[in-house]
Amino acid sequence: MSLDRRGFLKLAGFIGLAAGTACARRLAGPGSRYTTADGALEAKRWAMVIDMRRFTTAGDTQRVIDACHKAHNVPRIDDVRHEVKWIWTDTFDHVFPDQTHAHLPKALQERPFLLLCNQCDNPPCTRVCPTDATYRLADGIVAQDYHRCIGCRFCMAGCPYGARSFNWVNPRPYVGEVNPEFPTRSIGVVEKCNFCVDRLERGEVVRCAEVSAGGIVVGDLNDPESEVSRLLERHYTLTRKPQLGARPNVFYIVDDNVTGGEEEYVG
Amino acid sequence: MQGTPKNVAAVAIFFLVIAAPHLINLVYAKAWTRPSEDTPRIRALAEKECLESEGWMRRHHMDLLLAWRDAALRDTDRVYQNGRGERYDVSLMRTCLNCHSNRAEFCDRCHAFAAVEPDCWQCHYAPEQVAKEGWR
Ligand code: SF4
Ligand code: SF4
Repeated sequence: MSLDRRGFLKLAGFIGLAAGTACARRLAGPGSRYTTADGALEAKRWAMVIDMRRFTTAGDTQRVIDACHKAHNVPRIDDVRHEVKWIWTDTFDHVFPDQTHAHLPKALQERPFLLLCNQCDNPPCTRVCPTDATYRLADGIVAQDYHRCIGCRFCMAGCPYGARSFNWVNPRPYVGEVNPEFPTRSIGVVEKCNFCVDRLERGEVVRCAEVSAGGIVVGDLNDPESEVSRLLERHYTLTRKPQLGARPNVFYIVDDNVTGGEEEYVG
Repeated sequence: MQGTPKNVAAVAIFFLVIAAPHLINLVYAKAWTRPSEDTPRIRALAEKECLESEGWMRRHHMDLLLAWRDAALRDTDRVYQNGRGERYDVSLMRTCLNCHSNRAEFCDRCHAFAAVEPDCWQCHYAPEQVAKEGWR
């Protein structure tokens, strides 16, 4: 049998593809295979809208923080040098340093803003990770594989939002009530909010959104009918430090009338 | 000079040192004992089958766990479907340890015999550890 150049290239391509597929297969028992879970919540591009009109007191934000930290066994370490956080609060001028000025409403300046990993479209944290321990999934979630983390903390230096915490001490003694279905982390690794990827992929909703009484909305940015798309369409929203180009996917609705008083126009 | 008592002694000591672990084991090593499968969940099973056959699991469980880690974390595949068509949550804590809730008699017994110290337990925890001692 003679093989012309075109035929040879085709054959070589197929053999290469078959070999690649065989090698790429994950170890499984005879006849076994891996699939995604039925009912998994999926999106082309996950995003979150935080409606700050619904977080006016420290109690509103604390409820959300406690729920997340409990679900993910995040340790509560009071020593600020060792503290670990997935979701936390800060003041407007710290959250949006370049979008603040001296004459913002006082009520806004005093309001606790919720902060978490922004699941950036162009995340510096993944680019600097030398072991690929943190990486962006196809649906936009910036995931973290603690097994591979070597604790170099490059990602912490890379993240412009302070979204990552390092485990300076063994976190276990500081985990309060334990969620027996989720692990902890160990000393020497970096951790952050995982956008509840473990829950979404099993068909459970994002935990902070679940307890937020409508203050946090999660959905698909690619779907114009999703609630996040509709909120973004209707409201003026802020992202953190947009000029840095990380392209955050957590958007903030900030109310235009913080004290709720009558508008007065003299004209 | 060859064969002097000094040389013979040196060679003998050398082999003694090399063989020391085996000699010590001859005296002190405990025999392998079968890991216990006596847990409430396993007792309740009609057919006492793991997700794969016992022989396969014994040989491959460590590699399977690594494959599970990558399937769940990298490929978003959270379900393992075995040859019998049964589906399992790809999770050490929700699946494996749910049945094998006796870390000391199941995991540790063999690992101690084989002198391996897997670091799973730094982050994943054994159910009975939380039940008995509280979180550590
Ligand atoms: S907020 Fe920080 S940790 Fe999260 S994806 Fe962006 S750069 Fe990475
Ligand atoms: S998305 Fe999940 S992990 Fe991230 S802050 Fe909300 S509850 Fe925590």
